[in-house]
Amino acid sequence: MRLEYPSNIRIIRVPCTGKVDVMHLLRAIQKGADGVYVVGCLEGTCHYNEGNTRARERVEYVRMLLEEIGMEGDRVRMYNLSSGEGPTFAAYAREMTEHIKKLGPNPLKTAEQNSGKKGGGKREAQAA
Amino acid sequence: MKSGSNLEKVLEAGHFAFTGELGPPRGTSMEEVKKKASYLKGNVDAVNITDNQTAVVRMASWAACIMLIREGLEPNFQMVCRDRNRLAMQSDILGAYAHGIRNMLCLSGDHQKFGDHPNAKGVFDIDSIQLLGMVKRMRDEGRFLSGAEIEDPPRLFIGAASNPFAEPFEWRVHRLAKKIEAGADFIQTQCIYNMDKFREFMKRVVDMGLHEKCYILAGVTPMKSLGMARYMATQVPGMDVPDSLIQRLKGAGKGKVAEEGIKFALEQIEEFKEMEGVAGVHLMAIEWEHRVPEIAERASVLPRPEV
Amino acid sequence: MIIAKRKPFEEIKEMLTPYNKVLTLGCGTCVAVCLAGGEKEVAVLNAELDMARKLDNNPIELGAFTVERQCDMEYLEVLDSMVGEYEALLSMACGAGVQFLAERYPEKPVFPAVDTTFIGVNRAVGWYEERCRSCSSCVLGMTGGICPVTMCAKGLFNGPCGGTNKGSCEIDKDQPCAWYLIYERLSLQGRLDSIKNISPAVEWQNQAPRTVIQPGYKKPDEAEAGN
Repeated sequence: MRLEYPSNIRIIRVPCTGKVDVMHLLRAIQKGADGVYVVGCLEGTCHYNEGNTRARERVEYVRMLLEEIGMEGDRVRMYNLSSGEGPTFAAYAREMTEHIKKLGPNPLKTAEQNSGKKGGGKREAQAA
Repeated sequence: MKSGSNLEKVLEAGHFAFTGELGPPRGTSMEEVKKKASYLKGNVDAVNITDNQTAVVRMASWAACIMLIREGLEPNFQMVCRDRNRLAMQSDILGAYAHGIRNMLCLSGDHQKFGDHPNAKGVFDIDSIQLLGMVKRMRDEGRFLSGAEIEDPPRLFIGAASNPFAEPFEWRVHRLAKKIEAGADFIQTQCIYNMDKFREFMKRVVDMGLHEKCYILAGVTPMKSLGMARYMATQVPGMDVPDSLIQRLKGAGKGKVAEEGIKFALEQIEEFKEMEGVAGVHLMAIEWEHRVPEIAERASVLPRPEV
Repeated sequence: MIIAKRKPFEEIKEMLTPYNKVLTLGCGTCVAVCLAGGEKEVAVLNAELDMARKLDNNPIELGAFTVERQCDMEYLEVLDSMVGEYEALLSMACGAGVQFLAERYPEKPVFPAVDTTFIGVNRAVGWYEERCRSCSSCVLGMTGGICPVTMCAKGLFNGPCGGTNKGSCEIDKDQPCAWYLIYERLSLQGRLDSIKNISPAVEWQNQAPRTVIQPGYKKPDEAEAGN
């Protein structure tokens, strides 16, 4: 089965979403990703019982952290599907891509570009 | 005589005591207090003046007490442990006594969380039982809590509160015993609605002989409305309002609930007059002071004894 | 254990506004266990600060280090070579740790990133409850192992007050009445006599900074401390 999903997505495989740490998600945004989503098994089917429910809690926490610093928490999401659902995987990928496109690029990138232009001047002004 | 207060004399002489209650103003005008006091004058032996009741700021209890003395009534100065440490308590007691206050009621106080300054620091340096002990020590030993001597110690008639209805019921009578041992000369109970439970409580009080060590005044607050009864039943911690009373008030019909509330209060007072161990009634007619003359009249507690 | 809560992000950000190079210091003991200020929380906070300051167009350079215990000078030593290059220190330790840090580096502004909350127990991961106010006059023997200073909202020594509500405290239905519990436990143990006697006014010991020197130890004199 060859399914098409948006090519702008970079997949990082983990043995279980329970392995995904808050810092992994946060770091991705910090390094410039426009959005991050975690795809776990259906709730109630985790081989380790609560790997995917923990992942969901962490996703919620990261969303809260992003809101706290003034970014859209909805850049980070959690999806669930079973391992046999290739088409659903592709559908979620398209949904997330569309959703992030609507939100626009990671504001950190824009901020960095701006500071590249005038950041130096600001430093000097502070020193004076 | 420990204090020579009117209340003490009435109780000592074996009369059935009748006390009232007043809340100081939330401002500086005394007019409202004077008006309320006029309804109580001649109808009660002493008037409790609350101390920042329900943790809401009001004029200092001692200040309103002084005003009451000027109006020709005897105050019962209430003091809670929530707002003062032992230094402030003792200095206020000296001042209160110097101004002619002779009765004092020692209370823990409602938690500040209920009041108008919910994030105030609650003092609770000492608790109500320790406060009783402190006032007794000031009077009987002429010493401050620290042990230092007091020149012309305050000679107060010391009161405490008792809630027969708060859990654990078994412990209530023992806590009352602790209050008496600490120094309580008289007790004013929480508002009573559950008469069965109060009878049981008094039976235990009498069995332990506590009624011989202090005067117990039964707390009565007439229900003004069904809303008040329901509020008391569900929203006031430690209050026990039996459903039968609510049904009775409901049964009175529109416009007659208040009268039914008064009738119930009068029945209670009649029973208290006969109940072993009960030395009087403390009538807390909250925002209903103008009905006190009528209630006192119908309860046949008038005229108040001159002692 | 000491339980702390991270301060609101805005408050932390506000404190650091004038600084462009800050070292965030975690503590590996109590605050790490209660998930407020250990290595991981340092990483999360730094990531947040880094992003927030970028968004504000006022980037900040952040260092991160977590010491075993900020309340122990021995463990602070390792920071000596580090702090020089930073404009300020952000401590995620309890109030004791923050103060020791500030004492060791008096020339550096030190800011707290957590609010020290109480001495408590670990009910479950992430769930802590207060149990001790460190009053210096423990009465747990008398009260069946339930602290009236901490667990009674009025800190009564001769409870329960008249507000106890079917076993709950008057301030909150979900808060058990400490004295109700004390009564139940002593009753179970047949030790109610323990609270029948009046508990006298407490001679408060916690109204001025306290020092403890255990038997067999003494305060090192200034010369020794310098070594």
